[in-house]
Amino acid sequence: MTDIQRSNWLHIGVVIALACSFFILPEYHSGNLARILVLAVYAMGYNLLFGYTGLLSLGHALFFAAGMYGLGLAMQFFDFNPIAAVIAGLILALVVSICVGFLALRTTGVAFMIVTLMFAQAGYLTILYFGEYTRGDEGFVIQQADRMVGMIDLTSPMGRFFTALLLFAICFFIVAYIVRSGFGLALVAIRENEERATMLGYDVMRLKLQAVVISGVMSGSAGAAYALLFGYAGATFATVQYSIFPLLWVLLGGAGVTIGPLIGTIFMFYLIDYSSAITPAYMLIAGLALVLLTLFAPQGLAGELRRRYLPWLP
Amino acid sequence: MKSAKTNLSKAHIWVRLKMLEVKDIYAGYGQVQVLHGVSLDVAAGEILCVMGRNGAGKTTLLRSIMGIVQIEDGVISLEGEAINTLPGHEIPRRGIGYIPQGRRLFPELTVSENIEMGLMVRKVSNDTRDWVLDLFPRLRERLDQRAGTLSGGEQQMLATARALALRPKVLLLDEPTEGLQPSMIEQIRQVILKMKDEGFAIVLVEQRIDAVLALADRVTMIENGKSVETLTAKELGASPDKIKRYLGV
Repeated sequence: MTDIQRSNWLHIGVVIALACSFFILPEYHSGNLARILVLAVYAMGYNLLFGYTGLLSLGHALFFAAGMYGLGLAMQFFDFNPIAAVIAGLILALVVSICVGFLALRTTGVAFMIVTLMFAQAGYLTILYFGEYTRGDEGFVIQQADRMVGMIDLTSPMGRFFTALLLFAICFFIVAYIVRSGFGLALVAIRENEERATMLGYDVMRLKLQAVVISGVMSGSAGAAYALLFGYAGATFATVQYSIFPLLWVLLGGAGVTIGPLIGTIFMFYLIDYSSAITPAYMLIAGLALVLLTLFAPQGLAGELRRRYLPWLP
Repeated sequence: MKSAKTNLSKAHIWVRLKMLEVKDIYAGYGQVQVLHGVSLDVAAGEILCVMGRNGAGKTTLLRSIMGIVQIEDGVISLEGEAINTLPGHEIPRRGIGYIPQGRRLFPELTVSENIEMGLMVRKVSNDTRDWVLDLFPRLRERLDQRAGTLSGGEQQMLATARALALRPKVLLLDEPTEGLQPSMIEQIRQVILKMKDEGFAIVLVEQRIDAVLALADRVTMIENGKSVETLTAKELGASPDKIKRYLGV
């Protein structure tokens, strides 16, 4: 079996396994998994930029929130149906990521982190400023009656889970395709040595902008799906915390590995879930686990797996 | 057939069709002026060596040609067309390949992927990959190995192969044999001579006088950021006093 076939089977296998898990797992866990899948899409978008292109953004919450509010406001004020509202969310995320990418990519390294962080803060404050429409911190609920796509009820456990899985599978395959394409190779080249990529004749600026836009739209799709499936949009999702989360998930799961974000999101979610069942000071246990992981698996769980056993992991 | 080809390349030198020409360029980094008045030219099928002491500005010269360092004055032209106003990524696309000192591969990518990175830029003929790998058979055995795990000489081969994958007309080499074992140095030299026979214009930065005398057609001396003299390798070999004056050996 060639590496490409292996990786195809891996991606298909993961999606099938996730689909089966809905029928096996107790309802509590499959409910969690629906949430994890949406957040993993967010992390995959982040991974494309951070793991493959080597650009560390601290402002991805802006893209997540753009998707979320694009959908939420379109449904709230213009009575869009869910599908049209998702498209509205994606378009808003697209526009925001083009603008942010265009400006922020004039900087590199630490400056890039700060500029993206500032943009996200500006986005957060904008949401608060227009509190009359966005309901600010309080947020707003998307009514259950509006969350129907044809005959599918997105508020039912099954509708919710499989919609999340559909989005996850689409993004998962897109990422798997991109990282194997010439475009993906060029992104890795930029991560490894940007100057060298220029000297070989690659338009680094254009490639980085494309990466920011794809990453931003994917993060936005996660934001839109989150609002639609869980029925709530609020300014909390635009805070710094939500910019740090995908970074953590990707680092824990494995940056620059396609399955890294999923593993990292599952791990972090259940780490907090289980440790908070043991003690109210759950961050103590979670923090310790994170420190140990950073010490012994600095490349993340999937990264470590690739290093030791599966060198073909894409 | 072979001799006809050699004659042709000699004829080129004779009429001196300038492939790459650098005319009186000034460049530096911020406040620090590195180059003040460097000129050189190289024809197809010719090896021009650039010599000078450490810090004379040899690497800055190559980086200026590649557009990584912006020049403040002067002209750099490829086949008569000024290229110093082009954006950095356009210059390799016009046909200049640069193999920097210290190799600078993409260490996480495999040998095959590193070559692919070169091939994708210009989408040249399909046999380019085979042509490159025929030049460096050793790379063919290591296609799936990560570039970062290759030996020094193999990395130099890969860096050269990647630059050649763009099918350039001009090759800029910055001390390609630095820190390599003698057998590897010989292999790299053979490849450089082969490139010359195939009609590449080659600019070679080299410190070792024996290498220069063995490879070069002409030599341009750089001193404190200025090109002071250009002479043929024969002339240089015949005047040890000049070697001593410019290089202090």
